[in-house]
Amino acid sequence: MKNLQETFTELLRRAATDLPADVESAIERALREERRGTAAHSALTIVLQNTAAAREASAPLCQDTGTHTWYVYLPDGHPTEEIRKAIRGATAQATRKSYLRPNQMESLSGVNSGDNLGAGHPVIHFVPWKKPGLHADVLLKGGGCENCSTQYSLPDQRLGAGRDLAGVRACLLDAVHRAQGRGCAPGILGVAVGGDRAVGYRAAKEQFFRPLHDVNPDPQLAGLEADVLSCANRLGVGPMGFGGRTTLLGVKATRLHRLPASFFVTVAYMCWACRRASVTVAGKDVRFSQTALAGRP
Amino acid sequence: MAVREIQTPLDETTIRSLRVGDEVFLSGILVTARDVAHKFMVEKKPAFLRPLLRGAALYHCGPVMRKERGRWKAVSAGPTTSIREEPYTADVIQNYRVRAIVGKGGMGPRTLEACRRFGAVYLHAVGGAAVTLAQRVVHVREVHMLEEFGMPEACWVFEVDNFPAVVTMDAAGASLHAEIAARSHTALERFLGRAIR
Repeated sequence: MKNLQETFTELLRRAATDLPADVESAIERALREERRGTAAHSALTIVLQNTAAAREASAPLCQDTGTHTWYVYLPDGHPTEEIRKAIRGATAQATRKSYLRPNQMESLSGVNSGDNLGAGHPVIHFVPWKKPGLHADVLLKGGGCENCSTQYSLPDQRLGAGRDLAGVRACLLDAVHRAQGRGCAPGILGVAVGGDRAVGYRAAKEQFFRPLHDVNPDPQLAGLEADVLSCANRLGVGPMGFGGRTTLLGVKATRLHRLPASFFVTVAYMCWACRRASVTVAGKDVRFSQTALAGRP
Repeated sequence: MAVREIQTPLDETTIRSLRVGDEVFLSGILVTARDVAHKFMVEKKPAFLRPLLRGAALYHCGPVMRKERGRWKAVSAGPTTSIREEPYTADVIQNYRVRAIVGKGGMGPRTLEACRRFGAVYLHAVGGAAVTLAQRVVHVREVHMLEEFGMPEACWVFEVDNFPAVVTMDAAGASLHAEIAARSHTALERFLGRAIR
């Protein structure tokens, strides 16, 4: 129990201070695309310097250490209360160690809880699996990009978007345009087509656990992801909205069934600082990685 | 587009010579203020902030701070989204004579008008680059309202050295955000094959 809390504290430290390799290399590629001497080039250079500095100093790479979303895989019937306790203990401990900013405030009074615990936080999902050990994925998502997330209901007259793939594409490009640089571009889109409003957001966020270089096995969604990524990067919004060639680092989409009456397109916007980390625990064997199970297509 | 080094106290002539797209390196005093502090500045008009803010730069930032051997140190201190302070900023520029607002995402027409009228600029820092930017904080001079507002919302008085940012709203009334939004809107209409209001 005590050990599990220590493991989760270390997992939070990694998530907050160490940008995943796939995200870092996508930013390196983006830097090579931008022209030298532009604000876009300077911004991405600073982003990469920051990534190295945060890793070196074990300091939160962004001061907004965000909402924490956990997915915990554990054997069927395993009690979840001890896991929940370990996560909550680790969250408070990681805050004391300055890996996390005290980031949860009571909504109406504005009082900061001081330890990142609060009503509804951290967000923990349990998933039963057939293996003996435990696996946990955690995602940290800041408020600036969360404010850029949005949900469309098709048909959308303003966009001329119908209930089809072309309609979905229109929503995604519109969302990128509306976000401009405000979600800390270059960002990542997590997309859910269908579902109800609540499940749509959950599924859209889960997409951020996917590595940027994976290819969606659903050919229609793979096509959508590639097309929207390419068009978005020709909108000219650029890093931080300074103008430039990289507005998005990735697009990750999933589809859900829906009611005949509803057609929601949910777009979660993630900043370039897509912070996630994973750990697998089997007995005494503890393995940290950047390979998540959540969100896998 | 030029690269400029600027130093607080900032004077009006220097500020009015800055143009949208210029990269600046700011040295001197940077005072953090976010949502709670803005409401406080406009509603309570605290006198102690006046001398601190005159000619200084206001930073939209809720940092992670750590006390080491009795002294505060900035651990992580990147910009937060500025637009939330739009209802307050024009008053803050007018009443406190702040010369630069540092944040991210840009601000609205009232702030742009206040920048033009009173001689101020909006400087866009790199969102998320919190450790690199915290390393430009060479000294934490003081902190106000820490007990009352908590760590992210308190007014931290930073002394910074070569803090990097881009001018995205200038005192001549230009906004890079408006330019980019208009240009990307045209591209969006091209991709969707129709006019979008």
